[in-house]
Amino acid sequence: MTQLDPAAKRDTDVPEAPAPRANRGFSVDMRLASLFGVLVLLILIGWITSPDNFLTGSNLDTILRLAAPSGVVAVGMTFVIISGGIDLSVGSVVGLASVWMTTLATQAYGPFVMVVCGLAVGLGAGLVNGVLIAYGRMVAFIATLAMYISARGLAEYLSNKQTQVVRDQDFLTFFRGEFLGVPTLVWILAIVVVAGWILLNRTTFGRRTFAVGGNPEATRLAGINVKRHIAMVYGLAGLLAGVTAVMLAARTTAGSSTNGMFYELDAIAAVVIGGTALTGGRGTMVGTLIGVLIFTLITNIFVQNNLPTEVQNIAKGAIIVIAVLLQFRTNRARSTT
Amino acid sequence: MTAEASTALLQMTGIVKTFPGVRALDGVDLTVRAGEVHCLLGQNGAGKSTLIKVLAGAHQPDEGEIRWQGEKTALSTPVAALRMGVATMYQELDLIPGLSVADNIFLGHERARWGFTKDRQARRQATALLKRLGHPEIPPDREVGDLSAAGQQLVSMARALAHDAKLIVMDEPTAALAADEVTNLFRVVADLTAEGVAVVYISHRLEEIREIGHRVTVLKDGRTVARDLGADTPTSELVALMSGKRVETVYPNREESTVDSSREILKVEKLGRDDEFADVNFTVHAGEILGIAGLVGAGRSEILETIFGARKADEGTVYVNGKKLKNGDVRSAVDAGVGLAPEERKSQALLMDMSVAQNVTLASMRSYSSFGFTDRAKELRDSRAKLEDLDLRPADPRRNVSTLSGGNQQKAVVARWLVHGCRVLLLDEPTRGVDVGARAELYRLIRELAADGVALVLVSSEMPEVLGLADRVLVLRDGRVIHEAPADELTEADVLDMVMEGSAA
Repeated sequence: MTQLDPAAKRDTDVPEAPAPRANRGFSVDMRLASLFGVLVLLILIGWITSPDNFLTGSNLDTILRLAAPSGVVAVGMTFVIISGGIDLSVGSVVGLASVWMTTLATQAYGPFVMVVCGLAVGLGAGLVNGVLIAYGRMVAFIATLAMYISARGLAEYLSNKQTQVVRDQDFLTFFRGEFLGVPTLVWILAIVVVAGWILLNRTTFGRRTFAVGGNPEATRLAGINVKRHIAMVYGLAGLLAGVTAVMLAARTTAGSSTNGMFYELDAIAAVVIGGTALTGGRGTMVGTLIGVLIFTLITNIFVQNNLPTEVQNIAKGAIIVIAVLLQFRTNRARSTT
Repeated sequence: MTAEASTALLQMTGIVKTFPGVRALDGVDLTVRAGEVHCLLGQNGAGKSTLIKVLAGAHQPDEGEIRWQGEKTALSTPVAALRMGVATMYQELDLIPGLSVADNIFLGHERARWGFTKDRQARRQATALLKRLGHPEIPPDREVGDLSAAGQQLVSMARALAHDAKLIVMDEPTAALAADEVTNLFRVVADLTAEGVAVVYISHRLEEIREIGHRVTVLKDGRTVARDLGADTPTSELVALMSGKRVETVYPNREESTVDSSREILKVEKLGRDDEFADVNFTVHAGEILGIAGLVGAGRSEILETIFGARKADEGTVYVNGKKLKNGDVRSAVDAGVGLAPEERKSQALLMDMSVAQNVTLASMRSYSSFGFTDRAKELRDSRAKLEDLDLRPADPRRNVSTLSGGNQQKAVVARWLVHGCRVLLLDEPTRGVDVGARAELYRLIRELAADGVALVLVSSEMPEVLGLADRVLVLRDGRVIHEAPADELTEADVLDMVMEGSAA
């Protein structure tokens, strides 16, 4: 292709403009900053209300261990919601995977097979969701609601509603241990969040996830296999539910059909608080992480102060409403400029 | 024929595409040579958009043959079309608003290695492409949703260029552009064709076709009615081919005026919305049809929607029967007796999964319910009567509205407002997607409504429709009324001259 404008050639050598990138533009930064403010505020409240215990290493440890499993689920949910979908089934899939990987038959094969089994069950369930939604043209809400019910049922059936104790010491030693003074579970959360951030912001997969959520028809016309992409997004969410199952089996030293109960709601709440639009096409991984931490901190503050869980849930509900209203404001302010 | 086939880049023959209830393409032929600007002409609904989608691999034709560089091929998916070298710039912009300019340009063929995006390279190449299009100032990091319509158009074009296409389809690329940007576009098109790229160019502006077109193919009612004409074919001939002769005859004659100039029903004063239209003044009397002529994007639909309260006016007032309407409040307009039959019937007016009766009574639920319970017998009775009045076929109010033809769906929308007792009816493109036979019926219906004393405002892209139906015509350009005259003092050519002036310069 010939250059027509003599100035054009020079321009290609001009160094990168330092302008902010699209999905992390001004408004998103402002939003993240305000979220971060809420996080700092909660830390202050925690510190003021229980000055002796809150800012200790062991409490930090507790908070992060608590945040780790639900945080991993929320990373998967971030992709699903950015792609314009919803996944109600992840909590049940966590339960199913944790049961499947801890049956006596599976445990007999040793820790490696247990982990692979947990991940495979999660991935499989996620792909079933994805195929039903993308190729079966089912609404995501319905397809994953069906999975939500039947995965929990299958977990109860497999476990006979019994708690299955993890007997493998190697498994427990590794996942309940520490590395460089940081619990393995927290390492897993950190790795998943960083990998999730890279996948979302630095790969074609992430780019296309935004595109599918922003305008599926235009994405299709740009030559992207939208159906396959949607199936993969749910597969990813399922896989991460599998990771969570492994983490929970280690933390609770058991597999149970009640593992992961209500995780889907916590995950959706964290993602929404984090500024990801339920309509798809917009969202950030950092926001999700902050959302998860905000939720965990609230729980911790209530526990530290011996307050009842009912009140805790009221506070959580209020936080969701406030976060979404704030986003609504920033969005509107933005569209009028 | 064989000689032509050997030199043709693209040859489509006998393309047929049907959708439920519509035969959108009914035997289309199109031959495009490398390095030419091939203009595709036709009225709204002639099948241009469907043809483009077939060409882009988004629709599969039911019949017909497509040859690419002499070889038979099937454009089975958008990917197949892009790989072959066909890039399409859609009229309704096909961009992702939440992604950056660079991300949009390279969507589907991202600059990446092993799945990891190379954002610096993408930004650099995006800047180079925009530079080539004469707009280096558009930052590649900017979110596309924040750009103006013209800016988005350029991104769309940069995307087509980024594919290194051999054939670029441009669907009304100038619709959103100002005059200097049009000049710039033409320069780019000329450069492309000089490199051997073929362009299929769609525009309603005939003078553009004279300026850059090489050959012209005319579509009408889903068929090719003339192919490979020279770009110097006289306007009158092209218009005759596009419209056919029969159009004149379908309008009901208006020997006696139904206008009751003593009763002023709708009055619009200094109405304006920032960046859309400004200083619009007019009145409509009982029994009068006011036509608004103008190009797409001139602000026609926006004016109707503002009168209806669906958009909030930034300035000005609307009066119905001397009573001021509350700004930006649909309820207030509806209560005052205003009805709107919007441009996008399916998405803006009808509940496609509900029955005709339920659609008809939607705006009048208050009179069909007591203590919150709907009176279904009355609902069916009244809608049946109205369907018979309007000759909506089949006159079965229980039928699902989606099973009706376009013309009958439009009647259902009109019926909704008549049941409500409307005195002002705003019609936005009432005959879009309606076949010729049914149009004549709608025209007669519109006239009858006027005879009953309803004040009507008619917006249409088809000049003959405005001139044939309206009593008075406002000519709109770039959001301003530039002329007002009785319809019988205007000719189609006058109006076309007025609305296109400025865009040609």
